Amino acid sequence: MNQDKQARREISISFTRHIVLVVIIVSFTPMIVVSGIILDQYYTSYREKLYAHLNEMVHKHTQNIDGFLTERLNDIKFLSQTCGDDQLINESVLYEKLVLLQRNSGNVFEDLGIINEAGIQIAYAGPYKLEQAFYAEEEWFQEALQHQYYISDVFLGLRSRPHFIVSVRNVYQNERVLLRATINFEAFNALVENLRIGATGFAFIVNQKGKYQTRPHYDLIQNAPSYLQVIKKAEQKENGVYVGTVSDVFRNKDLIFLAAPLKNEDWMLVFQQEREDAYEDLKRTQIIAGIIIFVGALMIVLMNLFFFHKAVGRIAEADKAKEMMNRQVIETGKMASVGRLAAGIAHEINNPVAIMVEEAGWIDDLLNDGDFDECKNLDELKNSLKQINTQGKRCKDITHKLLSFARKTGSKLEQIQINDTIEEVIGLFDKSTYSRISFELNLAEELPPIYGSRTELQQVLLNLVNNAVYFLEKEGGTIRIATNFDNDNVFIVVEDNGPGIPKSNLERVFDPFFTTKPVGKGSGLGLAICYGIIKRRGGEITVSSAVDAGTSFEIRLPLGGQDQSSDNRPLPPESIPA
Amino acid sequence: MKAPFVMIVDDEVPFVETISKRLVKRNVKLLKAFTGEECLEALQAHQNLDVVVLDVKMPGMDGIEALKAIKDKYPMVEVVMLTGHGTIETAIQGMKLGAHDYMMKPCDIDDLVAKIVEATEKKRAKEEKIRAAQSEEFLSRYEP
Repeated sequence: MNQDKQARREISISFTRHIVLVVIIVSFTPMIVVSGIILDQYYTSYREKLYAHLNEMVHKHTQNIDGFLTERLNDIKFLSQTCGDDQLINESVLYEKLVLLQRNSGNVFEDLGIINEAGIQIAYAGPYKLEQAFYAEEEWFQEALQHQYYISDVFLGLRSRPHFIVSVRNVYQNERVLLRATINFEAFNALVENLRIGATGFAFIVNQKGKYQTRPHYDLIQNAPSYLQVIKKAEQKENGVYVGTVSDVFRNKDLIFLAAPLKNEDWMLVFQQEREDAYEDLKRTQIIAGIIIFVGALMIVLMNLFFFHKAVGRIAEADKAKEMMNRQVIETGKMASVGRLAAGIAHEINNPVAIMVEEAGWIDDLLNDGDFDECKNLDELKNSLKQINTQGKRCKDITHKLLSFARKTGSKLEQIQINDTIEEVIGLFDKSTYSRISFELNLAEELPPIYGSRTELQQVLLNLVNNAVYFLEKEGGTIRIATNFDNDNVFIVVEDNGPGIPKSNLERVFDPFFTTKPVGKGSGLGLAICYGIIKRRGGEITVSSAVDAGTSFEIRLPLGGQDQSSDNRPLPPESIPA
Repeated sequence: MKAPFVMIVDDEVPFVETISKRLVKRNVKLLKAFTGEECLEALQAHQNLDVVVLDVKMPGMDGIEALKAIKDKYPMVEVVMLTGHGTIETAIQGMKLGAHDYMMKPCDIDDLVAKIVEATEKKRAKEEKIRAAQSEEFLSRYEP
């Protein structure tokens, strides 16, 4: 039995595990696929939006910076065109113009100077002492001399501070001269520095040689020329902006960059941001989505476990009920077989027994004729004949009871008040004979009558009470009989507080010929008959017992009183078993 | 009362033999038959028979068929069915077909004799009644 339970438990666990696994897979697969698609779409969309935004921003800044440089160049052009070099050579005039320019453009111009072809600054207006400064060797000077209008790269120069110049080349006294203006580096740098996004996104400008034209936010790990090469290999958008990624191996970071050429492609405005930083919002969204998916998954798992635990419990209950029903079917089948067998045996035995009894009767008749009066053992013979008669009757009783169990009854069916029948049965027990036994009746009021055979019900109750009395006779005790009912059934409980039935015997109490009473005291048919009668009436009889606590028989009879026998004809009194 | 004239019909020969002896001893005039067919033949020869004690289960013509035939041809003859437990329903069926009563094997000889006497009296009473009715009818014809 325990092995069976263990095996059933293992099957139940394995079943739960399989079902839960299947349900989890079935639930999770679409969830994971849909979540994956949504996240991927979101990632793509977010990325496109991010790049579009950065692209726009870089493009605009490029235009701004280009605009700034063009504007400064135009300022100088305008100055050059409106004032001749002969005027500007006069330093006081130059100074006036510087002040004017600074006033108009907000201190963007640091100083002004006129440099002759030999590279000597012949006029200067500004905060540094650069009068007569010699620039012939300077690269920017040589470049500027080559171009009508020129904007230099950023350099330190004589003042040892980063700056760059815009210049206009003129001819004065048959000699090329440059009108040069120095652009305040901080003002220019501010244009680029303002381009800050997130914690790590910043912009800077490099020239074609890879030299910084503005201050980068931090030193780039890659030297600028190779960075420039990476940029130029990257995808270029329609508006001329390069877009790509680069790995900062020293900082172990992936960077995204966008770069746009400036100043007729002399410079490159580069914006870079750590990828992690750029995708910060996406990452946050992913974490939230992950948490939601995880919580959802957890809920699915928990709900699955909960519901399947319940479902398996119900299946187990159904199994148990089915098993009980199977047992009842087997029991009923067994009883039916025993019944058929009993009917056959009863008939076959009755004929020889009848012959035996008649032969004994004939001997008795002869003895009574007086021919054997002088026989020494006449009394012994008569006793033996009496015994043959007695045992013949005993055989008759047994076969009679067997048939009561087996045969479809022919008892008269009528409306029976069960409570009255119980009282009649209890009335048969003489109180003085059974003084040690007390009867307690707990009968339901307004108990509806059932349709059935009164004699059968009497027989059932008598059998049950007789058994209880037999086992209580020695020690004494109480027999309780209770009745109850619901919409469909009437219930009768007959219980005692006697010695109880051992578990090993409990399953066999309704089997024919099973008895624990001594030989001659019980045929073992009483409970089998009760079982047969109750079953025939569409009811049920069950027993529960505990050793030294007592035994309880519960009978359920349907209110409709269905009769499962085919023959309802009345029987004469002789046919009612004793 | 004049001794009842009884025929006992059963396929169990020892049973018939013994019970016959016992019934004779109790002042019953007796005929024996071991099948339904034998029973009907004997009845033809002895139409003054009072009671037939008829076993239900017999090979060939069984008790019920024999009963039907008896009641058909000799309606005055009373029948007591005798049966083992297994055929009690058949015995009841027999009563519905006109048997006087039934008994179960093994039966007490005195009970059987009582039933035979009861059946004989019933039969004779019926005969008497018919006779009386017939004489009344006869007399009425000749009444002036």
